[in-house]
Amino acid sequence: MKVEIAVNGEKTTDDVEPRLLLAHYLREVRGLKATNIGCDTSSCGACTVLVDGESVKSCTVLAVQADGRQVSTVEGLAGDDGLHPVQRAFQQEHALQCGFCTPGMVMASVGLLSENPHPTEQEIREGLEGNFCRCTGYHNIVRAVRRAAEGADA
Amino acid sequence: MSILGTRVVRTEDPLFLTRGATYTDDLVDERLRGAAYVTFVRSPIAHGRITSIDTSAAAGAPGVVAVFTAADTEGDGGLSPLPPPLPMFTKGMDRPPFAKDTVRFVGDIIAAIVTEDRYQGEDAAELVDVDIDPLPAVVDPRKALDDEVLLFPEAGTNTIFTIPGEFDDSVFDDCDVVVTREIVNQRLAAAPMEVRASAAVWGEDGRLTTWISNQAAQMAKAALVAALAVDADKVRVITPDTGGGFGAKIGADLEVCLVAWIAGKIGRPLRWVETRSENLVGMTHGRDQVQTIKIGGNRDGKVLAYRLDVIQDSGAYPLFGALLPALTFSMATGVYAIDRLQFRSRSVATNKTSVAAYRGAGRPEAAAAIERAMDLFAAEIGMDPVEVRHRNLLPPEVFPYKTKGGSLYDSGDYAAALKMVTDEVDYPKLRQEQAERRARGDVVQLGIGVSVYVEVTGGGDESGAPKENATVEVHPDGTVTVLTGTSPHGQGHQTAWSMLVSDQLGIPLDRITVKYGDTDLIPEGGGTMGSRSLQQGGVAVHEATTELVQIAKARAAELLEANVDDLVVDTDRAAITVAGVPTTAITFAQLAEKEKLSVRKVFTAPGATFPFGAHIAIVEVDTESGKAELRRIVTVDDAGTILNPLLFDGQRHGGIAQGVAQALYEEVLYDDDGNPLTSTFAAYPFLSATEVPSFDLLRMQTPTPYNPLGAKGIGEAGTIGATPAVQNAVVDAVSHLGVRHIEMPTTPERVWTAIQDATGGQA
Ligand code: FES
Ligand code: FES
Repeated sequence: MKVEIAVNGEKTTDDVEPRLLLAHYLREVRGLKATNIGCDTSSCGACTVLVDGESVKSCTVLAVQADGRQVSTVEGLAGDDGLHPVQRAFQQEHALQCGFCTPGMVMASVGLLSENPHPTEQEIREGLEGNFCRCTGYHNIVRAVRRAAEGADA
Repeated sequence: MSILGTRVVRTEDPLFLTRGATYTDDLVDERLRGAAYVTFVRSPIAHGRITSIDTSAAAGAPGVVAVFTAADTEGDGGLSPLPPPLPMFTKGMDRPPFAKDTVRFVGDIIAAIVTEDRYQGEDAAELVDVDIDPLPAVVDPRKALDDEVLLFPEAGTNTIFTIPGEFDDSVFDDCDVVVTREIVNQRLAAAPMEVRASAAVWGEDGRLTTWISNQAAQMAKAALVAALAVDADKVRVITPDTGGGFGAKIGADLEVCLVAWIAGKIGRPLRWVETRSENLVGMTHGRDQVQTIKIGGNRDGKVLAYRLDVIQDSGAYPLFGALLPALTFSMATGVYAIDRLQFRSRSVATNKTSVAAYRGAGRPEAAAAIERAMDLFAAEIGMDPVEVRHRNLLPPEVFPYKTKGGSLYDSGDYAAALKMVTDEVDYPKLRQEQAERRARGDVVQLGIGVSVYVEVTGGGDESGAPKENATVEVHPDGTVTVLTGTSPHGQGHQTAWSMLVSDQLGIPLDRITVKYGDTDLIPEGGGTMGSRSLQQGGVAVHEATTELVQIAKARAAELLEANVDDLVVDTDRAAITVAGVPTTAITFAQLAEKEKLSVRKVFTAPGATFPFGAHIAIVEVDTESGKAELRRIVTVDDAGTILNPLLFDGQRHGGIAQGVAQALYEEVLYDDDGNPLTSTFAAYPFLSATEVPSFDLLRMQTPTPYNPLGAKGIGEAGTIGATPAVQNAVVDAVSHLGVRHIEMPTTPERVWTAIQDATGGQA
């Protein structure tokens, strides 16, 4: 089936199998390997991207369902002026170790802050409940999201 | 000012945050062009006889390149069964590359299917027709000891390895009080977020290049060389970015060996990445000990004797897990002065996934047992658990101290650590609040749990562990390359090792590249495990840099026509200058231009080091529902001198979270027939962000005399301290109702049942 998907602002038309997952589409068809796959039960959030601005687990969506939509991955987040505030906060607060959950975690955080620009710690934890991290114990991820929210990224 | 000890953010992060790390499944490499994919067909039955395997339908499915089963591994160019990793293990328990006549756990590999693409592999796997006659399964390790059902009839026993112990009850004769109890340290999944993956290709030159998500390329290479029965120079292992390991990515698993072997058979590059459901049955599990403790002492709080009897569930095929009790033994008495220790262990095979290392590996089990035992003893004599600990802690002046478990503790100050955490939480006030809630009969009760721990890290030469090596080379363009035998998978070696070099040379961090995990480039090294990296690999980098400065000075002395003793390093300019004459200078880069400037150094650790700490956990337990929630955890973790507090605390956070997860939530479960009940992330209660609070970290630094950095290991400490602190807290919350013990994970059901049992349903 033909799909036209804009990924990080770049639109292409591709012929895909109807059962192809968006996560695999991004990785295999578009060659964007930052989006990781951590499970097969839509539990872990490693594959989180934004679809039309909303955070979505890309392993729960078929590529054909993203036809005609805007998809954002972590590769498209940094602007010409450098890292996105969430990316910068993740580095400043040491919110990543092995980095595997990170692209999904960053995109989920971007999605969370666009819905709730000033979340409390509890709201951050609830907002990221669907994103697993084995390395950080979430401590510094929560701090990073707060830091990004406070705009203390300078 | 030295950069060492300062908070430096990671230099690896910008790439990880913008393009993502390059994990094995992300590799784009010319050598892997046209790679096929492998899918393993696994046993759905825990124990049984294979009566037939029909692969014909699968072989004819779309995209199928080849199908392999046990029959294909026989004869020339075949693959031999993998023997257990240690010579002292019981013979006759080899693992065949593919299950041949018998399957021994759900997940045992029966066939491998090679396809052009990944989805085809999943389709074809479903077409393999396997008939298995079920046999009775041994699931409980206590039952495995009876040898009624044998996994390996030819071995004649399920027992793999024992540490024999004489249990002479007279050591408890003079004790006022003796407490005995069985404690289960449950089975856990390591569950790194990146599952296992590998890629393999054989070159025209007959050499294998294989990329493996792993913690130690050199060990993985050794395992592959043995499995494939090829010369060592025929194998090159490359470690891409690795998304967590936690002990479960040490060496080369059978799957990785099969991928390499099959790539040779089909003469094509091959890739493998498992699914999470496959990971949760195929990757080794951790912990899984049944412990019986016996602790005796006097009413004044002094412990006189301690016994620990361990049954280690090792799973279907003996791996490192069968040896975990040896580590448990070495740390059995923990931080306490206990002269009478009795220990016995028996490691047994069961029809479950094999057990191997998981964060702490044998030491968390030791700490959990002794810390639970101390609380049981304290409850029995009616003394505060903090007070009981203070009466038994080893004092700071005893070091070096040889324990009855055979460990030689290097340094420590346990009482100071305990005092630091109790002061921080205002312990007496907490106890008062607890008393008030109890008096009021509140539904939600407060629990305060303490643990004081010591652990062993960075086993030195004496344990047969590899020495660690480093090469530091300055290039004419002023950049530096560091080669290390350690292997990061989240710890931040790029930043840490660069700091060690930059400290002495003044070359900025962003001009330093750390390379690891390529056995052609770095043939020797022990990888990253057992909290060894900084204290061995980092020290080697430090010492190589020190020597490089000396060489540079000697050369500069000639060029500058100065006396070597008058030369100093000007770190602002990354140069060597004559003291007091800053205009006379030559940079490291200029020296490298004239002659290769490179030093390789091997560090020999005189012995293992022993980090320690104290944790206090505060929980609230709803006595009606049984739900326990962690409100606060305060820890001091002393691992000697700190190189980078950012990385140091990061290791603690992750470790503490995994400890909390074991105490409250996580457990790998099987039914009575050996069917796994937690083989997906929907079923395994992986810790999420809402289940932990932020952590309160305090610091203490007691340097080790064993290396010039004074550093011990911090990778596992958090896990070791947090687990018993949280478990003790949950029990403490309901101890006034008569509860003495609740098994981990302390789920609402278990807590509720414990309350009902203690109160006869009156609570
Ligand atoms: S990979 Fe999508 S939720 Fe786990
Ligand atoms: S940083 Fe490793 S899983 Fe989150």
